[in-house]
Amino acid sequence: MSGAPRTGRAASCWTCHDCRLLCRVPAGAAHAARCPRCGAPLHARKPGSLERTWALVIAAALCYLPANLLPIMTVTSLGKAQSDTIMSGVVYLLHHGMWPLALVVFVASIFVPILKLVILVFLLVSVRRRSRWRPAERTRLYRVTEAIGRWSMVDIFVVTILVALVRLGALATIEARSGAVFFGAVVVLTMIAAESFDPRLIWDGCEEAEA
Amino acid sequence: MLVACHDCDLLHHLGVIAEGATARCRRCGGLLRRRRRNGIERTVALALAAAVLFAVANAFPFLSFDMKGQVTQTTLVTGVLDLWRQDMPEIAALVLATSVLAPLLQISLLLYVLLPVHAGRVPWQMARAFRLLRHVQPWSMMEVFLVGILVAVTKLAGMAEVVPGLSLWAFALLIVVLAGAMSSLDPQEVWERLGVRS
Ligand SMILES: [Zn+2]
Repeated sequence: MSGAPRTGRAASCWTCHDCRLLCRVPAGAAHAARCPRCGAPLHARKPGSLERTWALVIAAALCYLPANLLPIMTVTSLGKAQSDTIMSGVVYLLHHGMWPLALVVFVASIFVPILKLVILVFLLVSVRRRSRWRPAERTRLYRVTEAIGRWSMVDIFVVTILVALVRLGALATIEARSGAVFFGAVVVLTMIAAESFDPRLIWDGCEEAEA
Repeated sequence: MLVACHDCDLLHHLGVIAEGATARCRRCGGLLRRRRRNGIERTVALALAAAVLFAVANAFPFLSFDMKGQVTQTTLVTGVLDLWRQDMPEIAALVLATSVLAPLLQISLLLYVLLPVHAGRVPWQMARAFRLLRHVQPWSMMEVFLVGILVAVTKLAGMAEVVPGLSLWAFALLIVVLAGAMSSLDPQEVWERLGVRS
């Protein structure tokens, strides 16, 4: 491409991450001090985006297995104790004919976290390889990951509400278990991972290939 | 005005955007700007309503659970306290943060920034407060909590009678009102009213 620069970075204009003001910086600067309007530090791209996102994705993947294998709660009713994993909770809902809710819990707790991890790894690898394949679709994929992550909290909230409602001493109690801690870690880590990824890196690869 | 897309860095010359209109990046479809009619005033009104609903939602029990005559009631924070007692401080903190503190902070920051801006003044540490609002937003998960309530109630339905409380309705309304407040807000308009410092 020739003529006027097409991107902010090529024009030595960086967008403030907080107030979105386009700020002119000296050409070749690694980082300019601060945004003149809101005072936030200015960067051409989120600093250390790939490294941070990789680290968070790996940490979340490590927590994903215990989150699904360990019980998230134990129900004690009339002396009988029964532990539930996330999957056995889904199966319970299915057996009782509540398949729409079973679907909600399955999608939110099992499918969404793994989908997020797969998409983020795919984006990280495609950026590393400077892929030119469908940047607009990959950007859209990134926006989806950002938007759906919060829904994985559903099961943590279910456990909390059950714990609060069922504490009737001898009759029944529900206790949270360590699987819930790992599960909470997966949600938090994947949310921060999506936030640390910079989608502009997707387009940088395309531009370098064009230049 | 020259702006760069936040998602792909493409430069755009952005003319005057009509109220109610949305400008998107022509390359990646990223949101450049969405202008709202009376954005700030509408957001302030909705945030005030949200503050009232938040107080109601937290002051009263939102569910009662009747098992063979033994009744337990729960407010938003009871579950957090029980988790704490069960030696689950991490989960207690996460639930408290996402279902109570983040929404509270979100409503407070909206009012803290927008009430003075609406009156033509710049609040103390406005940039920092407005930045914090953007960071808090993803962690405010009341609508997810509501789905959690639905699943929990269904699971308990076979065990005992679950009665929804008044605050459950306030809670549901709060979700709608706060979502409306956030979507009627045009952050660019707020920053423009702040102007360029120094
Ligand atoms: Zn774009």
